[in-house]
Amino acid sequence: MRANNERWDLAGRDMEALLAEAAALQGESLWQDARRRLRRNRTAWWSLLFLLAFGLLSLCAPLLPIPSPVALDLQTEPMPPIAPWTEFGNHNYTREYWELSAIDSAAVDLRAAIFDDWQTGSWMGRDSKGRDILSRIVWGSRTSIIVALIATLCSLAIGVTYGAFSGLSGGRIDNLMMRIVDVLYSVPFIFVVIFLITIVNEYRTELEDNWGIGRETVFYLVIGAIYWLTMARVVRGQVLSLKNSEFIEAARVLGASTRRILFVHLVPNVLSIVIVYLTLTIPAVMLFEAFLSFLGLGIEPPKVSWGLLAVDGTEAINPLRIFWWLVVFPAAAMGSVLLALNILGDGLRDALDPKLRGKD
Amino acid sequence: MALLDVQNLSVRFDTQDGSVRAVDGVSFQLEEGETLGLVGESGSGKSVTNLALMGLVPAPPGVVQADHINFAGRDLLTLTAEELRQLRGNEISMIFQDPMTSLNPLLTVGRQLSEVLEIHQGLSRREADRLCAAGLADVGIPEPETRLAAYPHELSGGMRQRVMIAMALLCKPRVLIADEPTTALDVTIQAQILELMTDLRERHGTAIILITHDLGVVAGCADRVHVMYAGRLVETAPTAPLFSLPVHPYTRGLLASVPTLTGDPTSALSSIEGQPPDLANLPAGCAFAPRCDYAETRCRSGPMPLEAIPGESAPRTVACLLATEIAAASGGAR
Amino acid sequence: MSTPVTKATDQPLLAVRDLSKHFEVGRSGGLFSSRPRLLRAVEGVSFDLHRGQTMGLVGESGCGKSTTARCIVGLQRASSGSIRLDGEELTTLSARQWLPHRRRVQMIFQDPYASLDPRQTVGSILAEPLAIHSTERPKARRLRAMALLDAVGLNPRHLNRYPHEFSGGQRQRIGIARALALEPELIICDEPVSALDVSIQAQVINLLKELQQRFNLAYLFIAHDLAVVRHICERVAVMYLGRIVEEADRDTLFTNPAHPYTRALLSAIPVPDPAAEATRNRILLPGDVPSPVDPPNGCPFHPRCMHAPEIPADACTRDRPQLLPRDTASRPDSPHHCACHLP
Repeated sequence: MRANNERWDLAGRDMEALLAEAAALQGESLWQDARRRLRRNRTAWWSLLFLLAFGLLSLCAPLLPIPSPVALDLQTEPMPPIAPWTEFGNHNYTREYWELSAIDSAAVDLRAAIFDDWQTGSWMGRDSKGRDILSRIVWGSRTSIIVALIATLCSLAIGVTYGAFSGLSGGRIDNLMMRIVDVLYSVPFIFVVIFLITIVNEYRTELEDNWGIGRETVFYLVIGAIYWLTMARVVRGQVLSLKNSEFIEAARVLGASTRRILFVHLVPNVLSIVIVYLTLTIPAVMLFEAFLSFLGLGIEPPKVSWGLLAVDGTEAINPLRIFWWLVVFPAAAMGSVLLALNILGDGLRDALDPKLRGKD
Repeated sequence: MALLDVQNLSVRFDTQDGSVRAVDGVSFQLEEGETLGLVGESGSGKSVTNLALMGLVPAPPGVVQADHINFAGRDLLTLTAEELRQLRGNEISMIFQDPMTSLNPLLTVGRQLSEVLEIHQGLSRREADRLCAAGLADVGIPEPETRLAAYPHELSGGMRQRVMIAMALLCKPRVLIADEPTTALDVTIQAQILELMTDLRERHGTAIILITHDLGVVAGCADRVHVMYAGRLVETAPTAPLFSLPVHPYTRGLLASVPTLTGDPTSALSSIEGQPPDLANLPAGCAFAPRCDYAETRCRSGPMPLEAIPGESAPRTVACLLATEIAAASGGAR
Repeated sequence: MSTPVTKATDQPLLAVRDLSKHFEVGRSGGLFSSRPRLLRAVEGVSFDLHRGQTMGLVGESGCGKSTTARCIVGLQRASSGSIRLDGEELTTLSARQWLPHRRRVQMIFQDPYASLDPRQTVGSILAEPLAIHSTERPKARRLRAMALLDAVGLNPRHLNRYPHEFSGGQRQRIGIARALALEPELIICDEPVSALDVSIQAQVINLLKELQQRFNLAYLFIAHDLAVVRHICERVAVMYLGRIVEEADRDTLFTNPAHPYTRALLSAIPVPDPAAEATRNRILLPGDVPSPVDPPNGCPFHPRCMHAPEIPADACTRDRPQLLPRDTASRPDSPHHCACHLP
């Protein structure tokens, strides 16, 4: 047997060239591996693409040549869908919106400049007030996305840091931090929301004039306040199991600071679980929004959200006439997004599971 | 006829990254009452071989192929899942490396032991308990009646492994497959367990397949030794000649790299350079050639049949093109 | 990397004195008069380690060898006793005060699969100690990481690979390179080869020996395998239930072990030689290692010891034997200590 180990002779070598050679031999990170395996999971990959497309559509809502979501056309009863091949579009566009943000109204200006008064026909029908369902679904999805974003950001910023710090500290700090979470958990949030919204309604002019806090802001704040709690627990559990692993101990022996251990070693290693958890939380948040709006505690008309569409849908159900398009299309939109999110979450869990790495 | 006759066993795992050949054309026989040592390092396929015998290779992705696996006149490949289940634990038993994970933490030792008997032999609870206590006593556990009420976590690692052995032997199997039975144990406990296994074999006549990475363990226990590398058998021989005159370069390297209590401690240990091969991407020809000091051009292509060395009296087979030369050279040097 | 200059003093690099580490494992007694139940993981351990030397710490699981190591590197705070590095007390240091000493004491871990952060490239893993301890620029750190890879026999071009792309032996080499990065004087090796295959084990032991020569390292080598220890350590201490029961230089310990436990350990090692296995006289210890929460009175080894009945007046069950020198006359420079009533 050879007694000596092979050695790469570094003495006479151009280190720069060697660095360049090393750069060419880029390894495959666990993220890249996960992406590769996610792509192999056809359903999950298509779900991801569908969600991206949907997100893009909702982002571009003011640019699209769709009818106004609020333009009324009072008729005796809701207008049924007209197939695109019967009437693809018409020139009845009226510029009617609620108070839009500067960017959105600029986008609407741009839309008007490009398409003038042309708009798509009522492919998905109109509701009892003559508002276009397709347009309302697209505009309503923006509320769902904002809610999902807020919950995501709160989960990531507060939940992950809070949970990781709590788990890493251990002992009394951990105990205290987790009791706080327990207390917040035990608050019945539905009642808090109802309570808060009632107060806000009572003092809405004062609040808006003095503080700039509207009902919607309170609504978003409440969602943000709830949705980091579970994330904090999930992350803490992961950190507890990770913090005694040898690579964390190795970092300690090297003298790494708590912050370094937290953000360089722990957070990247819990991130895969965080992502999976997020994709499974977002549907819950969207449903919560719809639920609150349905109860009349969330988004207010003339703005539109999927919850409000559901309200319209239920009102349209009566024993005499079934205006099915008021229920079917919003429900299909919401259902397909939630389904795609759940499939994606499931696919991500498989793709990010280190035990399955390198396998299909 | 041999008790267990495995002919040309292959196991591959089909993953999307390619096909991994964990076991490739392995054949061996196990006689009644003998101990066969199956030696190899991690990834050599020694454990998968035995999972295949027990019908426990997860499929998919696992694919098991063989010409035949004859056990006591029956071909295991043709048995149904139910027949295999009947066989497992009854005629062929297995003990694993980690006694903690193989025992159910929520059930008492007695419950788990008697379950085996109730399943396979249809005994009553009382009768089963009596046999279990006898089984525990048989593997050297003191106060077996009280131990029956204990939960696995209340026992030490050595005791748990004894319980596992007792469980494996309850139905008086004809073959016991021991997969790294002492790897998780301390040396002094390992010595106890090895002693116990040797003793049990003598008393019950159970044939044992002892899977291990530790050459020291097989030297003390096995009658014959099969060495595996990268899913293939590379050398098979009775224990004594294998250790006194290893022929395959891998066996030689492996034996030389074991640190011993004799010899010069200050000199460098001889080691096998390089890394074990990637099973998904095996080299052509001999899988060991890239790490082998003897390797020639012809070693890097073609099949490496397991063949007897001409002129040797011991029933040895070696999968090396240079076996005759190496055997002659080292035999002459002795 | 420069070779540290050996100071011409007799002061040991590492002096451990009367080190104890107790863990609280619940309470015993009544509701009001409860006392903590202590798990005495390490109890009164003392030894010296000189520059460039290797000291082996051997014992079975639960004997306290790893806890000793973790106390030395500050992963755990000692309950009592002293650990001096070059005369400077380590047990009382705060985390911030420890920082400069990290450069001098490093550690190699047991499990090559768990000891490397799976989300970092090898380059970042090796640059991390430099990022913590030096002000070098990232480029310079990467060049140093390449030199480290080279020093442990890995291809420096694999700087941007991830741990999962290496085999177990190669990962352990990366772990060794990380420990070397700060040019320490002392490396605590916590079972560095026990998770490796035999053929890879030999490679890593040879590498450790080579690096020791090259950088004048001192090792505290923790292992359960006496045969491995014999190939790398000059002195060996055998631990049982938290205490050192025998300490001697290699040759004395392996040829003339005094403590019955050491003898049993030696005889329990399976030898890859069927002839020797068949003829040799194996000492089989009865029973298991007792719980360190409730260790036996007197000599902690007496319930398993084959010689205990021979000792008069029940000394083994009543008095705990002290770790005392044995026949120092023959080798005054290399004392042989043993804690046993056996003459």
